[in-house]
Amino acid sequence: MKLLEYQAKDVLTSLGISVPPGMVARTPDEAAAAASKLGPVAVKAQVPVGGRGKAGGIKLARTPEEARRAAEQIIGMDIKGFKVPLVYCEAALDIEREIYLGFAVDRDARANILMLSAKGGMDIELVAEESPESIARLYPNPWRGPLDFELTQLVYDAGLGELARPIGALIKKLYRAIPDYDALTAEINPLVVTKSGEVVAGDAKVEIDDNAAWRRKDLEQRYGALIEGDPYEVEAKKRGLTYVSLDGDIGIIGNGAGLCMSTLDLVQRAGGRAANFCDIGGGAKAEVVENALAVILMNPRVKGVLINVFGGITRGDEVAKGVVTARDNLKMKLPLVVRLSGTREEEGREILRRSGIEPGVNAWEAAQKIVELSSPLVGRSGPKGREGAA
Amino acid sequence: MSILIDATTTVIVQGITGREGGFHTEQMQSIGTKVVAGTSPGKGGTTHLGVPVFNTVADAVKATGATASGIFVPAPFAADAIMEAAAAGITLIVCITEGIPIQDMIRVKSFLRDYPAARLLGANCPGLITPGEAKIGIIPQRITRPGSIGLVSRSGTLTYEVGSALSAAGMGQSTIVGIGGDPVLGLTFRDVLELFEKDEATKQVVIIGEIGGSDEEHAAELLARGSRLKAVAFISGRTAPEGKRMGHAGAIISGNRGTAKSKEEAFRKAGIPVAETTDDIVGLLR
Repeated sequence: MKLLEYQAKDVLTSLGISVPPGMVARTPDEAAAAASKLGPVAVKAQVPVGGRGKAGGIKLARTPEEARRAAEQIIGMDIKGFKVPLVYCEAALDIEREIYLGFAVDRDARANILMLSAKGGMDIELVAEESPESIARLYPNPWRGPLDFELTQLVYDAGLGELARPIGALIKKLYRAIPDYDALTAEINPLVVTKSGEVVAGDAKVEIDDNAAWRRKDLEQRYGALIEGDPYEVEAKKRGLTYVSLDGDIGIIGNGAGLCMSTLDLVQRAGGRAANFCDIGGGAKAEVVENALAVILMNPRVKGVLINVFGGITRGDEVAKGVVTARDNLKMKLPLVVRLSGTREEEGREILRRSGIEPGVNAWEAAQKIVELSSPLVGRSGPKGREGAA
Repeated sequence: MSILIDATTTVIVQGITGREGGFHTEQMQSIGTKVVAGTSPGKGGTTHLGVPVFNTVADAVKATGATASGIFVPAPFAADAIMEAAAAGITLIVCITEGIPIQDMIRVKSFLRDYPAARLLGANCPGLITPGEAKIGIIPQRITRPGSIGLVSRSGTLTYEVGSALSAAGMGQSTIVGIGGDPVLGLTFRDVLELFEKDEATKQVVIIGEIGGSDEEHAAELLARGSRLKAVAFISGRTAPEGKRMGHAGAIISGNRGTAKSKEEAFRKAGIPVAETTDDIVGLLR
């Protein structure tokens, strides 16, 4: 779960890190009210993606009237697929210098990496490309966290020796985001040193591990509902399904993430595009299949559904029964192609045939078939053969 | 011959009295795997599926001398189960459990440095099977046949898909290893390929990768340095958009990193053919 900036700052505050005074505004009036309280403010779009500044999602406002106008422009704006639900109005800072500070998971090292750089305010990946030597790195021991001497070294390595004390103390606080919140990312960029010498978090990014939701239920309650993501993904999550929204017109159900991904690839190869996919996982029961199909069909762009199930634990007859029941219960009229393989596949295929659903022979043929059947409904010319595929 | 597991490997099942643990223990036993014990705290002293149950892994190892373990416990307890196995002297730990918090796995990886003899496979993986001999995990025996192809994969169902296509074409496998779809995991492609390289029974390898991370690139670098194995690679997630987690916790493209294109290019640069679809793998091996 990627937190919005104001939520991430709430987390930082709970860890004892200073953030500028700020207020959330859901309407232009609220933004104006915030500016009359806080003085000059930055009006910032709250979306769980980067690059909002470039997209016009951050505006400076000197007066309440300017804040109102900025909020009018920003609320409801689309930034990388996210409709901005609200803005955060934050008191403008008197900036002396900007620093980068962040924790992230380094997949190659299988460890948390702590990065500190005097080049703050820029995209750290860009800094890493252009001047990797300007980023000081530390892999703290995950059982005890960073030690004082390690942090002293880090701060000097980053060329920030004169700030060793305040930054060292701040890093220790930020590190608590890992054990206390199951954070995968905890980034402050820029970390601002003000003209009066205070160290304040200018922006904040915190991502919390979804796998840890069972021990962070309070966070889900506090922050989860406020992020307005894809409505179908929200619904799927409520039903306990692994679901991903995409932008095509064919719905895909499969078991296993790898199989789902390769099915999307096959559909595209056949000339179609997936609208979404739902991973029903291992041991999928009839009601899970029905649930998955219901969620897939919620998206009105879906003009055909391909079900691709290879059974390890998943039983073919269970899946087939689920598919038939789901289709009937949902009164589904759209083209449906089912490819079943694995445990009790013959029984499964027989159930499908008896119910008027033709089972696909293999995944590639099934992909071509669903593209062919759905093409008239979306005005596509038809499926590409193997030769025609890119 | 094979890697990591064969008919003589003695195995314990952590979580043997659970539904999944019990079901898969029976499957493992039915193909001849030497399951010598199970563990389930509080149920020590009982017998389940014909094997003795112990309260702890250390007790089970002391009584049976088991060297390998399959973990089927729920996610909140899985990280501890892995460390318990390593501390008890288990040298092959196979963790099937899905959904372990990443920070738990980072601590596990740090812990395992003190147990260099312990190899961890997974978590969130289907386990491994040496056809006709033994398995730990959930890979169905019927998609396999004994032979000389080493198969290593990040995905469970794609492993079954490819294993079954190979077997249908008469191409048997030495060992099939599912390394799992998590971002922080145990054995990598590279680790498994190094084992296949040393295994005389393995002549060819199939690598099933997917978007996210750079383990596939590292595997390609290893093979580029010279290998006696003929390799074929396949990458799923070519059409995945940037920034979307595609089901597996580890399957995500961040910026321009972890793309299918980068992985495919790495393999091609190493002289390894990349299959367009899983159906093409058989042809490329011939």
